[in-house]
Amino acid sequence: MSFTGKAKIFTLYLSWWLLWIFVQTLVIVQAGFGWEIAITDAAITQLVIAIAGYAINTSMHSYQPSAKNSIYVLIWSLALTFLSLALQRWLLIQFLENNLAFISFLDASLTVRGGFTLLMIMLIAVLTWFWVYFSDKQESEKRKQDSERLAREAELSSLRLQLQPHFLFNSLNSINALVVVEPERARTMIHQLSDFLRGTIRKDTTLIKLKEELDHLQLYLEIEKVRFGHRLQTKIEKSEESLTAEIPALLLQPVVENAIKFGLYDTIGETIISIEASRIGKDLLIEVKNPYDPETAQAKKGTGFGLTAVQRRLYLHYAQNNLVQTKQEAGIFTTTLRIPQI
Amino acid sequence: MIKVLIIDDEPLARSLVKECLKPFQDIEIAQECNDGFEGVKAIAQHQPDLIFLDIQMPKINGFEMLELIETPPAVIFTTAFDEYAMKAFETHAVDYLLKPFSKDRFEKALQKWMSQKNAKEVQSPQDFIDKRNPQPEEHSRVVVKKGSNIIIIPVNQIHYFEAYDDYVKIHTKDGMHLKKKTMTYFEGMLDVTQFVRVHRSYMINLQELTRIELMEKDNHIALLKNGVQIPLSQTGYAKLKTVLGI
Repeated sequence: MSFTGKAKIFTLYLSWWLLWIFVQTLVIVQAGFGWEIAITDAAITQLVIAIAGYAINTSMHSYQPSAKNSIYVLIWSLALTFLSLALQRWLLIQFLENNLAFISFLDASLTVRGGFTLLMIMLIAVLTWFWVYFSDKQESEKRKQDSERLAREAELSSLRLQLQPHFLFNSLNSINALVVVEPERARTMIHQLSDFLRGTIRKDTTLIKLKEELDHLQLYLEIEKVRFGHRLQTKIEKSEESLTAEIPALLLQPVVENAIKFGLYDTIGETIISIEASRIGKDLLIEVKNPYDPETAQAKKGTGFGLTAVQRRLYLHYAQNNLVQTKQEAGIFTTTLRIPQI
Repeated sequence: MIKVLIIDDEPLARSLVKECLKPFQDIEIAQECNDGFEGVKAIAQHQPDLIFLDIQMPKINGFEMLELIETPPAVIFTTAFDEYAMKAFETHAVDYLLKPFSKDRFEKALQKWMSQKNAKEVQSPQDFIDKRNPQPEEHSRVVVKKGSNIIIIPVNQIHYFEAYDDYVKIHTKDGMHLKKKTMTYFEGMLDVTQFVRVHRSYMINLQELTRIELMEKDNHIALLKNGVQIPLSQTGYAKLKTVLGI
């Protein structure tokens, strides 16, 4: 609990007893005693009850009894009542020992005072019980939310970093080949690969502008073109207003990787991968297209692993399950992503 | 002269193998191939002593390509990390190069093959091909050769398999294809919920099944959509009933 929270409760507790000091003073005056005596009696009585209340409150914070054990609370309250009643009486006699009328009034009203003390202590016990119960509940609720959030973040970050080891090793192999024949191109490719990898380990933001995402994708495409330059062509079309739309970082690369793999391994000859970004209403729409062989590709109907992860990521971000769509038409496989803009 | 082929769909990967081969004066690169189709043709044409073969390639992978060749030449596989292929290599005496590989590692592989060749103990990759674990894509297609054509059959188009000496007849909607494999090989390769071995010599595609009929006494037959009748063995009939849940 914060300091201000504690201060607030302390003030409340204090005002509560001041109120009762006021009430009791009036009652004693009504009974025919002077203001001075009335105030002394009320202050001492309520102070002692306040201390007893504090005692039961702290003891119940460290030990929260179950409903079955409420008998212990009752016993403890009774014990505290007797204790504080004895203390009240002793203190009052110390202060007002000369006033015999008051002393006899005090002894006559001990039952009423005891009843009042017991009621107050039990009220505080019940309130404390509820307080501890609800703050425990709140605490565990918060813990649950925290662990859910952490799990979600961990899942998102593990989904983000699904870089295929194949890609990395084959790229290194290409560099290995270029080093001798075209050292300058080897160097360029090392830089592109480094920039690309740096992009994949960046953690700072989850949502980025489409323009940044396309820049990062471009690095990936350049590397793939070094490997498959003789067969692979890419076409990126984007509308001006789509560039400022936001998209989860590193979402497009696995989609395009999937398209390239599908396109290159399911056909022979030139493969054109096209990527189109536009706005539809407020949302961002991205279409990735690759060719396939309708004769043999029937087995690839399911969204491959690449797309399952993309779908899951979009679900975790936007809680919608229909943001990834695929269709096969006339030898072209289209993956459509709809990214809601919030 | 030793004749070799390099089969890889990435030009740079091929050029790397070529460069590694440069110091070996007695090795001639007969041809470089972009994919398995070219590979099959080039092997028939050149009869190479050794091939360098990539696994992930368009349309058919390196293993499927080898299956189409009667007596495959010696093979050194070249591949990037690939968990399925790795498992296959680890349990068999076939050499492989993991990309990117060093010249030292390359020469070691080549020397290993040469010493095996001189001792006349080069192992045909046949045994390896039969026992390896299939790549994931192979569960959904069967690659066969018809004359000089290579045909890729998606498993959904297969009606049934029939044992035929050393071969298996693959009956599809477009006709029959032969492949030099065993029934057990296909049984292990394909989805057991789709293909059921109903007889020592037959395995049917459940999607093609229309009826099971009692012929005489305990003899049952399966009737396929195209009218073909498949005999069921006792155990085959029992297995079919379990799979269909009847």
